Amino acid sequence: MRLLNTLLPAPWLSGMLLGTWLVLARTVTPGQFSLGLLLALGIPHLFPKLQLSGIRLRRPAVALRFIARVAGDVVVSNVAVARDVIRWRWRKPASRFVVIPLDLRDPLGLAALALVTTIVPGTVWSELAADRSALLLHVWDVQEESDFVLQFKARYEQPLREIFE
Amino acid sequence: MSTLLSFAIPFALGCYALASVLVLFRLVRGPRAQDRVFALDLLYFHAILVVMVIGMSHQSDHYFEIALAITLFGFVSTLAMAKFILRGEVIE
Amino acid sequence: MSAGAFWIEALAAGLLILSGLFVLVSAIGFARLPDFFGRMHPPALAYTLGSWCVGLAAALYYSFLEKRLALHPLLIPLLLSVTVPVTTVVLARVSLFRGRIAGGGDVPPTLAQRTAPESKPGGEES
Repeated sequence: MRLLNTLLPAPWLSGMLLGTWLVLARTVTPGQFSLGLLLALGIPHLFPKLQLSGIRLRRPAVALRFIARVAGDVVVSNVAVARDVIRWRWRKPASRFVVIPLDLRDPLGLAALALVTTIVPGTVWSELAADRSALLLHVWDVQEESDFVLQFKARYEQPLREIFE
Repeated sequence: MSTLLSFAIPFALGCYALASVLVLFRLVRGPRAQDRVFALDLLYFHAILVVMVIGMSHQSDHYFEIALAITLFGFVSTLAMAKFILRGEVIE
Repeated sequence: MSAGAFWIEALAAGLLILSGLFVLVSAIGFARLPDFFGRMHPPALAYTLGSWCVGLAAALYYSFLEKRLALHPLLIPLLLSVTVPVTTVVLARVSLFRGRIAGGGDVPPTLAQRTAPESKPGGEES
């Protein structure tokens, strides 16, 4: 087990590297497989500064459900923002900055939150307070600010806390 | 290739061309440096889509590598430009 | 031509048209909206659905053409969904930073403590 940990400090990264290599090569011949395996084992050792070791996904089921939820939200808010752009001449969306108090402290969780808020159309991650206690978010269309904050915390922050903390 | 795809591919390419013209308008108009950097990033992105769709219309797999390279170049150059207008230096 | 081939090509064609329309709408929004932070939202349409539709259409089409599973076109939207947030967040920060230096009050003040740009997670750009 100890040997496995030093040889494979970041199993998730190694798995993804191998998978990406095989998809890029478009074949699963033994040669390509061993080349991909070499890269997957070697690359995590080249970047010790990234602190890749010790990352554990606590709840894979929650993580999968979270990814599905984000995919659904992307489609829904895509349609919403597209509709608002088309009828922009008649109805202006209430765009503004919203400050959201955060309970999530884990750097990886915050990175995932930044990724998700930027990928979903309608919200852009703008700034994080130095002590990670609050987040400045620019929102495309927000009617009631307190409702939005509560919904955001329940929808995105809570699952990320379960996964990473 | 079916008639459906031979209609859809020029349609998508036309949409991307029109979108690029609109983005070019923003690139020229500005008003600030960050608008121009964002417009350049979007132009890179439109180039990726155009290359992928042209690859489909030529039924060739080799366009994919070009699209991948443009993705990486676009990422690095946008980040360098953003860093430059933030601090006036790219590498500190 | 078999019925299955027809449906695969119809699906790919539909996805391409959808992607073209979303990219066009996002560019219209980007050209038309008056302020920078409002303009950051419409390009997200193109970056998400615009690229995923093309990736899915290409994956379907090459799988059908070469008679084997071709997942490699999906790598491009996947790569974009990692790189685009980094550039977008950096540009948002640039805009806030420059707006605060220029004054004028069209950007909000910093949160409680002064945040150093390096304290932002998510982008290991340095």
